[in-house]
Amino acid sequence: MRASFMDAIILQILNGLDKGSAYAMIALGLTLIFGTLGVVNFAHGALFMLGAFCAVTLQRMLSLSYTIEDPTQKDFLGNPLKVDTPYIVSWFGDSAGNAIVNWSVPLAILFAIPVMLLIGYVMERGLIKHFYKRPHADQILVTFGLAIVIQEIVKYFYGANPIPTPAPDMFRGSVDFGVMIGFAQNEIIYPYWRLVYFLFSAVIIGAVFAFLRFTTFGMVVRAGMADRETVGLLGINIDKRFTIMFGIAAAVAGLAGVMYAPINSPNYHMGMDFLVLSFVVVVVGGMGSLPGAVLAGFLLGILESFASMNEVKSVIPGIDQIIIYLVAIIILLTRPRGLMGRKGVMEE
Amino acid sequence: MTKFQVNRRTLIKSGAAFGAGLALPTIFTSSARAYLNEPKGDTVTLGFNVPQTGPYADEGLDELRAQELAVQHLNGEGDGGMLNTFSSKALKGNGILGKKVTFVSGDTQTKSDAARAAAKSMIEKDGAVMINGGSSSGVAVAVQGLCQEAGVIFMAGLTHSNDTTGKDKKRNGFRHFFNAYMSGEALAPVLAKAYGADRRAYHLTADYTWGWTQQESIAKATENLGWETVNNVLTPLAATDFSSYIAPVLNSGADVLILNHYGGNMVNSLTNAVQFGLRDKQVNGKQFEIIVPLYSELMAAGAGANVRGVYGSMNWNWQLQDEGSKAFVKSFGEKYGRPPSNSAHTCYVQTLLYADACERAGTFDPCGVVEALEGFEFDGMGNGPTLYRADDHQCFKDVLVMKGTENPTNEYDTLEIVEVTPRAQVEYAPDHPMFAGGDLGQCNSGA
Repeated sequence: MRASFMDAIILQILNGLDKGSAYAMIALGLTLIFGTLGVVNFAHGALFMLGAFCAVTLQRMLSLSYTIEDPTQKDFLGNPLKVDTPYIVSWFGDSAGNAIVNWSVPLAILFAIPVMLLIGYVMERGLIKHFYKRPHADQILVTFGLAIVIQEIVKYFYGANPIPTPAPDMFRGSVDFGVMIGFAQNEIIYPYWRLVYFLFSAVIIGAVFAFLRFTTFGMVVRAGMADRETVGLLGINIDKRFTIMFGIAAAVAGLAGVMYAPINSPNYHMGMDFLVLSFVVVVVGGMGSLPGAVLAGFLLGILESFASMNEVKSVIPGIDQIIIYLVAIIILLTRPRGLMGRKGVMEE
Repeated sequence: MTKFQVNRRTLIKSGAAFGAGLALPTIFTSSARAYLNEPKGDTVTLGFNVPQTGPYADEGLDELRAQELAVQHLNGEGDGGMLNTFSSKALKGNGILGKKVTFVSGDTQTKSDAARAAAKSMIEKDGAVMINGGSSSGVAVAVQGLCQEAGVIFMAGLTHSNDTTGKDKKRNGFRHFFNAYMSGEALAPVLAKAYGADRRAYHLTADYTWGWTQQESIAKATENLGWETVNNVLTPLAATDFSSYIAPVLNSGADVLILNHYGGNMVNSLTNAVQFGLRDKQVNGKQFEIIVPLYSELMAAGAGANVRGVYGSMNWNWQLQDEGSKAFVKSFGEKYGRPPSNSAHTCYVQTLLYADACERAGTFDPCGVVEALEGFEFDGMGNGPTLYRADDHQCFKDVLVMKGTENPTNEYDTLEIVEVTPRAQVEYAPDHPMFAGGDLGQCNSGA
């Protein structure tokens, strides 16, 4: 009984880590944008969704096919079946061509980085910069509207149904995590790709922190986040750097989406599913605090998983649906600036 | 100066003329009561209420395609589709009762309030005499109630909850689609045959009317065959990641997971379950299995390879080889370049059934249509001999048990028909406990 309970605890921690990874990466981008540009970006969930659709798009591009009629087979109307053969398979042969298609999600990382940087840049220069000096309510309205527009565009081109975007074959299936930590076989099973997702998020989050901490560019950005006016007076074009940071935040959200595609088949609405929770994560972590966003992302992800346990739900029915908000209320009552919030941010 | 005189002859003449005058309106209307949205011109308007936005928009689009095709066939355009195979020969391809059929459409958004608003608008502003469509039981129950109050006929689309023709049934509402009870009764024997009678099932259930009745039905049917229900966990409809609900299944002692989920819920929960390696597990000395009681072609496509080998049930499938199905698939396929889904089929059939009932009743009056549909037996619409039972307005017909195709040959080859369960096996008494509590009430013509 005890071993079984421990299994459940460890499994829910693992579940929380992958959910938290997505929250943390989205919240990190939100905080970067808020910290640098002072903009509350409700279109950030849409950027996550666009990332996932980068994976879908690359998968489709790699699967572009030419059609030949096979008279030996019939389609649903009884006509000769049209058989699609991907160009890539005909160019590189069966094994290499299929392997490239099979690895479309990891390859989409390379595809998504420039695409998302560009989308971020265009979004900031084309729309969001006009709202810097406007109240936060205006920013929320315009970015929320933008999110809906992006959603509808994606739905127009890709439809409303989820689109299967599988992980490479070698990452399908599960790892017997329990055996690694001394449990019996088959007690703690965990999908390979979710572990990959957690490790990937750790690398991305680490890279963002390292970039801000150890590069001159990052130092200037951090200085700008602390005191934009003074940095400007030193003759540094801080606006340009902040625009680049917007692009980087968009790329982080996009990469989170790319790698999330095999976990849940992408659909046009997936960004909205994460957006509200990610904002709660930002507030709980502390507005403007990058480590706070990451910490709160993982914390709330794990708490959400625990709240879904039958043992917990049998005591407090429906707790799985409200746990995040409940914790947010408690934290904000006891620590009004969030877990790692800085004094003065959003307090003027 | 003239003198006004009343004699016996004048009195009789005047009395006869006065009496005829009084009787005149009833002479012309005695066989046709006034009713809401009575078509006055040479057209009649039908209202198609389907999800055009939201998560079921693709399913709604397919329903709308089928409804448009039905209107064409009713107006004598195209190849006629199922009009050629329908056992009733009342429809002649000249509209309905000689009036050309037109249609308006509304967007349910798969939300009850939006669906009611759209239906209300089509009834009040566009003069729709009938509302058809939808992809959710919550929506169907809400719109059925509205149509009953307004006084028009509701021909439900995809709604699978027992409640639609159970506790929430209405005299003005009719369901062609099968229900959760039928899924359970059709699936259980196939499951017992495939997986044995000694199984322990763990249920994940969408927390709303359809999920509850689906779970109750499949649990009862499998328990009757010897299966044990280990647990039933309700999951929020808005959930997208089911990993935290699936993780406890691993060590629950269950050797079967039943996903009482539909749409995006089903795609995600099935994908998550496969990711967690459930289908590779051996529990209680048996291979772990997953079951999805209600399938849809569009959702199966969304789940991709994860549906392979997974059992479920359907109302109809384009691979059926009866004359009605072949005629419909040909019409639909040639017009849209793809096979129709089972939600498209039910909406198409419902539109034809409504039109046929009007023809047989000789009126669009909802009370006349109700009378024509109640107890109506027909064939040639893809499901074999079918009865629209008068007691609850539920269609009784064969049900399909499906399985995810192991080796698909094309993008539409996602599911294969395992068994056509005969109608007798899925029939139940009108007062069956799972359908108890409702009352059809009186028909309402909105007069």
